[in-house]
Amino acid sequence: MDTELLLIILIDGLVYASYLFMVSVGLTVICGVQKILNVTHGSLYAFGAYLCATILIFYAEAGWPGAGAFVIMVLTAIFLGIVFGIIIERGLLRFLYAEDEHIIVLATFAAFLILEDVLLLIWGTNPYIAAEPLALLGQTDIAELPFDNYNLSMIFLSALVAAILWYGLRRTTFGKMLLAVIYDRELSQSMGINVTKIFLLTFMVGSFLGALGGAYQAPAISVQPGIGVEVIVLAFAVVVIGGMGSIPGALIGSLVVGVARAAAVHLEPVLELFVIYMIMAIVLIVRPQGLFAPAKARKI
Amino acid sequence: MSVVLNVQGLEKSFGAVVAAHNINVTIEEGETIGVIGANGAGKTTFVNMVTGYLPPSEGKIEFMGRDIRGRSVRAITRLGLCRSFQVPQVFLSESVFDNLMIAFGIAERDGLGLLGALMRGDRAGRVDEHMVRYQIADYRHVAASALPQGVRKLLDIAMATVRKPKLLMLDEPTSGISAEEKFGIMDILMQALKEEETTVLFIEHDMEIVERYVSRVLAFSQGEIICDAPTEQAMVDPLVQEFVIGKEYHRARSGNGDAAEAGEGEAG
Amino acid sequence: MTKYMDQTGWALTLGLAVLIVVNFFIPEWFRAILLLSLARGSVALGLLVLWRCGLISFGHALFYGFGAYTVALIVKYLGITDVFLTVACGVVVAGGFAWILGFLLRRYRGIFFALLNLAFSMILYGVLAKLESLGSTDGISLEQTTYLWYEPEGAANKTTLFFFAAVMTWAVAMAVHHYLRSTLGYMTTAVRENEIRLEYLGYSAERAIHVKYTISGLVGGFGGAIAAMTIGHVDPDSMAYWPISGDFVFIAILSGTGNVGAPFIGALLYELIRTYAFEQFPGIWQLIMGGTLLLIIMFLPNGLWSLVDRWNQRRKERNRLEARAQEEKA
Repeated sequence: MDTELLLIILIDGLVYASYLFMVSVGLTVICGVQKILNVTHGSLYAFGAYLCATILIFYAEAGWPGAGAFVIMVLTAIFLGIVFGIIIERGLLRFLYAEDEHIIVLATFAAFLILEDVLLLIWGTNPYIAAEPLALLGQTDIAELPFDNYNLSMIFLSALVAAILWYGLRRTTFGKMLLAVIYDRELSQSMGINVTKIFLLTFMVGSFLGALGGAYQAPAISVQPGIGVEVIVLAFAVVVIGGMGSIPGALIGSLVVGVARAAAVHLEPVLELFVIYMIMAIVLIVRPQGLFAPAKARKI
Repeated sequence: MSVVLNVQGLEKSFGAVVAAHNINVTIEEGETIGVIGANGAGKTTFVNMVTGYLPPSEGKIEFMGRDIRGRSVRAITRLGLCRSFQVPQVFLSESVFDNLMIAFGIAERDGLGLLGALMRGDRAGRVDEHMVRYQIADYRHVAASALPQGVRKLLDIAMATVRKPKLLMLDEPTSGISAEEKFGIMDILMQALKEEETTVLFIEHDMEIVERYVSRVLAFSQGEIICDAPTEQAMVDPLVQEFVIGKEYHRARSGNGDAAEAGEGEAG
Repeated sequence: MTKYMDQTGWALTLGLAVLIVVNFFIPEWFRAILLLSLARGSVALGLLVLWRCGLISFGHALFYGFGAYTVALIVKYLGITDVFLTVACGVVVAGGFAWILGFLLRRYRGIFFALLNLAFSMILYGVLAKLESLGSTDGISLEQTTYLWYEPEGAANKTTLFFFAAVMTWAVAMAVHHYLRSTLGYMTTAVRENEIRLEYLGYSAERAIHVKYTISGLVGGFGGAIAAMTIGHVDPDSMAYWPISGDFVFIAILSGTGNVGAPFIGALLYELIRTYAFEQFPGIWQLIMGGTLLLIIMFLPNGLWSLVDRWNQRRKERNRLEARAQEEKA
């Protein structure tokens, strides 16, 4: 294999990995703290993409400076994170924490179905394309192949998100309380940590990350129905591979899956669709807890 | 009398902790043996190893002349070496009757026979008899989760005996039971086991119970057997007094001889 | 009552008789719904077998897809159109795969079991969507089906398929019911609540799960085979994609695990709600489905069958009270 192809696979893989990390990191945060697999995360991604694309189209028509687009993405994601955090966590999940994990997954699946139609009701079936930010950043030639700088910037964005999350968890009081809740919920509660508040905040942060993934991805894709369906099962795969609830796991999982998929696309396209689930199955078989299983407290 | 269980040179360590060291035990048919020792002395580990739940690091385990080391729990159970648990292991949301029904179903059939209907009149009859023997028939339709602790322990033991085991190991049959109930439960138990001529080994903390029901004592301390002797002898053994019973145990020896003798009589 | 016929057995047989009679009075679209309900109900029945011992699969479209595609591929490549043969093959292939995967899956519990199934079903989806020889995303269309020497034409075709599916589903449900009443089938709470005790009773929880998983795969494959013939076409998105697995879990929770007949009632209700929502409110049919699912999770967590159980219990209670009143009078 020549080095040029290797380079392309590596860059493509990194870009895809950063996309995967952006959509799965919020899922794994929620999974770690609340112990639920949240199917509505796919809806958050879709809402982020749709809302951001709509605003960006208006914004571009108004002719304001292009860099403002990035502020819009973040603001959109914050708005959606807060709104959905309240609706889904306070309005649905809090009634279900006592149920089996299967039942909670099903309930979020139900909410996901509902949100799919809400998307259609608001935005219809036509695709939205808001490619101005993509054009703004231009292209770079690597190995005589043009790469969109916008896609490359996604790598930096995910690195930034990972760094902020790492800092937030290790160095802030909120992060330490979060870790305590992850480690032992009952004990944290008895030590005076307001678990209800932590749950809501975590869900908002997780939702924000999902929406940010969609918002940032919006200029690079055609925003159309069905993007949430595809994303959520990919994010599931990454989270399972990395270890449910582990942020470094989501990072490594995204890298593994991203590079493997890029390799498949360039070397054996037939494998593209299922190489991800192949890895997921293999990881589950060899290390069911995922590559980075978070520490579990012994209960007995 | 034939040898039921023969354990030689059994060893087990978890990292640096030695849970069993050079354990040698021979149990003969018809014996009633008490296992005593402080918490963490290796009593349950011994039972876990012999019944196949924990693989020993070293040593030989023979049951009815067959080497059973390395066999699975279910294989050993099928050979007729059964056990009960310190914390009753029953199917909590099922009734007493259903718990025993499934136990009998598994004991009575194997392979494709397991595809036969479970709820059969003749089997129900055997379950009813068994419940009467263990005096839990009053709770026939009560879910196991709603049973008083003593009854749940009896159910646990009743489930362990559906195969009419050659050797039964009971892990603290009276733990978690109030002092007033203890003897009642032990009487029911010993009567039922005597009817079925089962060889019994049980772990027990209560020395009164040991003295009353047991003919031979194995005393464990830090993974080793420090005493293997007839009950009366074991109770006055200096090592046992120091490591198991403790210095505070100054009960008058007189008046307990009968119980010990009765225990021996049972074993004979 | 004989050894093989209890209350449920009679009810299933009555259901079969009703289906055969109503066949002559229903419009074509309703027959299609009934056929699909039989097919999807079968897959949900497979889920019921697992669910009773606390296991849920988020990827049962795997076996549905195996059954459907086996039928389609046999018709396409071998030219065999006899339904007895094609359905048998679909069932055997799906069951065989379940048996092989079972060696692995029997070690998993809870969410890991559910997700590993999802992973396998998505692998199948990827293979089906990518391989040209398997029809890729367009899928494969089925030709005329035959029944031994009988080759129905026109309207008779649908009726014959309906009779065939109804009788076969009846047989499958009876067989599963018999299994659930056996000692092995009763190892449900035992597996769910206390595997250690089960081992100490002399049986392996893993083996019990393996048997259940294989049965579940067989039944799922049967459902897929019937669906393939009902729709006359198979494609990855409607046979193996993850939302299809979601539908099956939906039907299973809607039905409840109380009785082998429940999944079929649940599947029929599901199809009716979906068809109605799709016809009347095409823009918000998913919203209606999701809302229904949420309502069930919140207010009827043990499914439709829990209503029957409740009714039975009340009847028993009333009978007991009446009996006591009689005694007191006497």
